[in-house]
Amino acid sequence: MTERSGPTHKTLEIGMALLIGMFGLVAIYGSLKAGINWGAEGPRAGFFPFYVGATIVGASAINLWRARRDDDGRLFATWGQLRQVMSVVVPTAIYVGSMPFIGLYVASMVFIAWFMRWLGGYRWLTTIAVAVGMPVLTYLVFERWFLVPLPKGPFEEWLGL
Amino acid sequence: MEELANLFHGFAVALQPYNIMLMIIGITLGVIIGVLPGLGGANGVAILLPLTFSMPPTSAIIMLSCIYWGALFGGAITSILFNIPGEPWSVATTFDGYPMAQQGRPGEALTAAFTSSFVGALFAVIMITLVAPLVAGFALRFGPAEKFAVYFLAFCSFVGLSKEPPFKTIAAMMMGFALAAVGLDSITGQLRLTFGVTELLNGFDFLIAVIGLFGIGEILLTMEEGLAFRGGNATINLRVVLQTWRELPAYWITSLRSCLIGCWMGVTPAGATPASFMSYGIAKRLARRGNNFGKGEIEGVIAPETAAHAAGTSALLPMLSLGVPGSPTAAVLLGGLLIWGLQPGPMLFVEQKEFVWGLIASMYLGNLAGLLVVLTCVPLFAAILRVPFGIIAPLILVLCAIGAYSVHNSTFDVMLMLVFGVLGYLLKKCNYPLAPLVLAIVLGDKAEEAFRQSLLGSQGSLGVFFSNGLVSTIMALGLVALFWSAIQEGYSRLRTSMA
Repeated sequence: MTERSGPTHKTLEIGMALLIGMFGLVAIYGSLKAGINWGAEGPRAGFFPFYVGATIVGASAINLWRARRDDDGRLFATWGQLRQVMSVVVPTAIYVGSMPFIGLYVASMVFIAWFMRWLGGYRWLTTIAVAVGMPVLTYLVFERWFLVPLPKGPFEEWLGL
Repeated sequence: MEELANLFHGFAVALQPYNIMLMIIGITLGVIIGVLPGLGGANGVAILLPLTFSMPPTSAIIMLSCIYWGALFGGAITSILFNIPGEPWSVATTFDGYPMAQQGRPGEALTAAFTSSFVGALFAVIMITLVAPLVAGFALRFGPAEKFAVYFLAFCSFVGLSKEPPFKTIAAMMMGFALAAVGLDSITGQLRLTFGVTELLNGFDFLIAVIGLFGIGEILLTMEEGLAFRGGNATINLRVVLQTWRELPAYWITSLRSCLIGCWMGVTPAGATPASFMSYGIAKRLARRGNNFGKGEIEGVIAPETAAHAAGTSALLPMLSLGVPGSPTAAVLLGGLLIWGLQPGPMLFVEQKEFVWGLIASMYLGNLAGLLVVLTCVPLFAAILRVPFGIIAPLILVLCAIGAYSVHNSTFDVMLMLVFGVLGYLLKKCNYPLAPLVLAIVLGDKAEEAFRQSLLGSQGSLGVFFSNGLVSTIMALGLVALFWSAIQEGYSRLRTSMA
């Protein structure tokens, strides 16, 4: 696999049009369940979203048709670029997913440290300084100064914060 | 003259030491936000919005709007020094600003950019001061049909004026409307489109969408290019500033024209980005040295910067007077109003005089403060850009997560933010515009309410939208805007066939 290969723009355009079209169908389905006709109180809850969904499906059909017609052979992104993007998406997903359990602070420390050490290639000293400094600063600014509570886990409980 | 008295009262509010402090903080944060990739005006304001929940509304809006001005100023710094537009509206500034910097004239380019920004903003604020109360007074007479017509016009303008393909704009916009419809229906109190998911009871919060689409999406786009190190240096001194200021008045026609373009594009929700391009294009065609554009012409910096700021500022006019924001950032500010318990729209001018005029006064002062801050602190802000992306990126991602969480204290929202982020990356790569999507999420409920109330009044006949002169005119304008690209194409075909 060479560095200049990757999914074509056309494929992604078609995929996007289909995805948005599906979203429109979901909106139509949900609206039908809520009722799209007139009730005692006027237009029922699904009335407006139904037409919104129908417009999405219509516009997506046209976008799909255009995407199939126009092919300039452009790449969406190279595999290398997509790997770069995924190297952020996957850890961020883990970070976000772990937040309800271990709290924001610990998750942020691990996330920043991981990012700087493995993606950025920084020395451990720099990495730890930023990874610890940022959550501490966050705690002071948000919880102490502006009184905005952030999610905490067992570690913060142990510290008695 | 009542307005003048109100304005002076507003100045008194804005000049309180606490508010001046917030103004400076806001401007500084805003410039940083504008300089950093992944933190745009809309996204930056959205993240910081929860910090203002406990402040008085007037102070809160002063700080947040100053972040907005700061972001507008900040975009120019990176465009000129590094050829990296920090914000989409400063793309046109790179065309001549970067060549100027390379020719050893960065100070001149920066001074021209900041001063033009200030002129554009000042022009727009004066316009807001004079026009907004009139528009608001006029809009007080609007019924539901007229309200819907205004929304209709706003959204149709997106379709007609945006540079993206019209059907993509429609698809993106309607996704926003569909997302806005999720949850409790405000009229019947019925649940809809939740499919049994309890987290969706209250629907999608547009702040989460903004943080995801603009923040995370932008980071992912930047990541494609990897963690490339980039840097540069800049100094600006008083001599260069004064010398450039002596030159600038010669370009007053360009400035005035750019102000007008900016105000027009800002009030209609086309926004700052197309305004800057349009202004640059027209200046290039009309300028005496137009052939030299793109090679470091100072006029090529003045035109887009003036227009971008005029547009960015005047986007607040419809938000304040009609409750229809002219840009994503204005939409976030409007969301802030709702959170602080204020109802945006014409009644603000009647019920919340202190708030409205405090905000308008702070626009004058904030832009002046902004000009001083950016002129004196350019080296500092340029230094921020030398902090490598490998450190900045995780910090921004964490900040986005904090911002998303603190909107409703919900970790579900943080996950939603990531979904919106990936969606934003894909949409942007496929050339779907994000601004109409966000605006539709913000205004969806209100537009629907106006629509349904009008239909209730007319027993379901769509004729209510053409029932009197006013509403028909607005609707007709909307239809023209909707089919604008088709009309233009037809006209040019007609001309070629005639010739």
